[in-house]
Amino acid sequence: MLVDIHNLIIGFDGTEVVRGLDLTIQRGEIVALVGESGSGKSVTARSLVGLAGPGARVTADRFIIDGADVTRFRERDWRALRGRKIGFVLQDALVSLDPLRRIGQQLADASRGRASRAEGAALLASVGMRDAERRLVQYPHQLSGGLRQRALIATAIAQDPALVIADEPTTALDATVQKQILDLLRQRRRAGQTLLLISHDLAIVADLADRVLVMRDGEVVEHGPTAHILSAPAHPYTRRLLDAIPSPRSRGTQLTTGQRLLPKRIDPLHVVLEARHLVKRYGRDQVAAVDDVSFTLAAGEALGIVGESGSGKTTVARIVLGLVEPDDGRVELAGQPWSALSEPERRLHRAGIQFIAQDALSSFDPRYDVGRIVGETLDAVGVFGAARRRRVLEVLDAVRLGPSFLDRHPRELSGGQRQRVAIARAFAPRPRLLVADEPVSALDVSIQAQILDLLAELQATSGTSLLFISHDLGVVQHLTDRVLVMKEGRVVESGEVGSVLARPRHPYTQALLEALPSLPARVRQPDPVLERSAS
Amino acid sequence: MSVTLALPARARQRRTPFPHAAALFLLVVAIGTAWPQVLTAYDPIAADPLQAQLPPSAVHWFGTDQLGRDVFARVVYGARYSMLIGVSAVGIAAVSGTLLGLAAGLLRGLADETISRVLDVVSSFPDLLLVLVLISFTGPGTSNLIVALGAASIPRFARVVRAQTFVVAGSGFVEQARTFGLHRATLVTRHILPHAAARVPILATIGLGSAIISAAGLSFLGMGPPRPTPEWGSMLAEGRNYLRVAWWISVWPGLVITLTVLSVNALGRRWQAAFDGRQA
Repeated sequence: MLVDIHNLIIGFDGTEVVRGLDLTIQRGEIVALVGESGSGKSVTARSLVGLAGPGARVTADRFIIDGADVTRFRERDWRALRGRKIGFVLQDALVSLDPLRRIGQQLADASRGRASRAEGAALLASVGMRDAERRLVQYPHQLSGGLRQRALIATAIAQDPALVIADEPTTALDATVQKQILDLLRQRRRAGQTLLLISHDLAIVADLADRVLVMRDGEVVEHGPTAHILSAPAHPYTRRLLDAIPSPRSRGTQLTTGQRLLPKRIDPLHVVLEARHLVKRYGRDQVAAVDDVSFTLAAGEALGIVGESGSGKTTVARIVLGLVEPDDGRVELAGQPWSALSEPERRLHRAGIQFIAQDALSSFDPRYDVGRIVGETLDAVGVFGAARRRRVLEVLDAVRLGPSFLDRHPRELSGGQRQRVAIARAFAPRPRLLVADEPVSALDVSIQAQILDLLAELQATSGTSLLFISHDLGVVQHLTDRVLVMKEGRVVESGEVGSVLARPRHPYTQALLEALPSLPARVRQPDPVLERSAS
Repeated sequence: MSVTLALPARARQRRTPFPHAAALFLLVVAIGTAWPQVLTAYDPIAADPLQAQLPPSAVHWFGTDQLGRDVFARVVYGARYSMLIGVSAVGIAAVSGTLLGLAAGLLRGLADETISRVLDVVSSFPDLLLVLVLISFTGPGTSNLIVALGAASIPRFARVVRAQTFVVAGSGFVEQARTFGLHRATLVTRHILPHAAARVPILATIGLGSAIISAAGLSFLGMGPPRPTPEWGSMLAEGRNYLRVAWWISVWPGLVITLTVLSVNALGRRWQAAFDGRQA
């Protein structure tokens, strides 16, 4: 047995963030630790390399790594273990790699100076990086997100450790890149390597892990073989995590409750937004970031734009928002010119088109409290004083935030609450069109489910049209009515969501669909509450 | 789950010594500036040749000068001139520096190039030399001294505000605020200026120290207010001839200049450190 932990307790300042955790990892096994932010999964993983953090009190009845009892380890013993026996892959490769050192130097650092250039290149090749020789002399910022993640994995396996810990290794990566990284991890598993995978998303671990431990509030609520946990989850929390994953089956229902969504009122004759032959070129080479993109959006309808980083989907959103001028083509709002207007003319109509950004926090003025943030969109529609206060409370209530949030500062809020504030702000002036650019991609699956439910509900009740940009096909198929698939600035496929996803014609759409993690069909669980009342 | 891997930077900060003493001293200077008669009953201008060059005593705390004027009274009344020159010069520099920096940061392009190059030229001269040149055109006097000192330190403010304006203008919340349909002027005053100019008060406090020193130095050279105004720098100049027989005439104003500048700098640096800690 490689890792044998019994009754692990980790506390900070008297609060226990991990309570009574048992974890065993056999050689050649992939174990996944799944839970939301704050469930204690990351600190558990860090305690395996003695990095639970200063001020952390780590105790265990039994804590054995590769035959050594680590409960009596001092810092130098941990240093000898890190990298050699356990390699650690952190979530964000951009901040985990030193921006001032070349990839080759970082590999040499990770192997404590022992790896030669040739070995470094072989290491990069083993994580699927082509042009390894060239990559060795590059800096992290010269690599794409997927390549950076590979380089980070290479540093973790540089000393061929017995166990690799990967903390959210694919979060913030595009679907197809995520698939490549998962494939890489799968290859290592076939080679007999041992892996501890940390994730908030059950779908990601679904076809990778042998065993799953589901953590909540510092405790393991359920554990067992992956197939069993996914097909017949026993604990309600595990079921909630599974339900939170958007899928073709979840269309038309709420992710958090499973209830049917309110029907949308789509008026196909009333076109709210029309984009015609949009072109936008950038740089000296005049590379087309957006190349002949056309679409329409009807009142009350939700249109999804799917694509990877660099596909031009965000540029389309920015053109629609009037933040970027198209080089060619035009945008019309409700039949009136929009992109052709000058900024002072456009300003008069801006209240009708609102924007929800991916990173809610950076979209708020740091000096503002929630009340001022939400109220600011009402400037343009001339709502001030008591009427403004009423409307702000109304929209905050609609996103399930009470009046006590008015004076709070966004920094004190959780990621989900911040996104709720951003949604409340967008709906406050009763816009006809809402543009949302990756509004849920920085959130945990369970929080993502709440935000998606909220967006669907508010869109249906208000009749607002929604332009929804995402790299996640699963999210798009859950929320939108029609979809555009973009690649390299062009629309490669478009149509009604159901038919595009059921019968994708373009190879790129098919690749995106394949990259979606698949969940096995669930054995329908009898609801314990209903069962009891029935008997 | 965030795990602290290192101690926060705050713990390693060097602490400025005696912040309370500095604050207390500046409070006394402030009282001297506003209500000098509270601190002394003597007239700083009225000469009394019979009392000339008396050493410090219970009657004349800092002694009397060559004309029999009470040195303590002159130092107290002098605070008004020295502080007036320092604060006004910094005020001129801070306001025009902020406006120039904001304009350069917002307009970019040709306007930015022009403003930046002019600032480069101005800051390539040593401050004191530049002030001397400006005064040689305008002539000595309190207001000319203020304008010259202010103009010389405009680049320091303008550069910081320009750099911050670039950062803030490109940030998410400014772009978001554009989509609200806010007027451009509203956008700038509400969302850009407060962040771009956040450091200006701190820079101004630190700049106040050097402005007071420069003002005293230039008054010493005769570029400041005319005699018999009890400005600290000109007191130094008047007392220098009597240094051997009556050291107190010049030592006290010199000591007060030193303590004032040290105190202003100490508080300014401390404020800056607190601000940086908050930003991190």
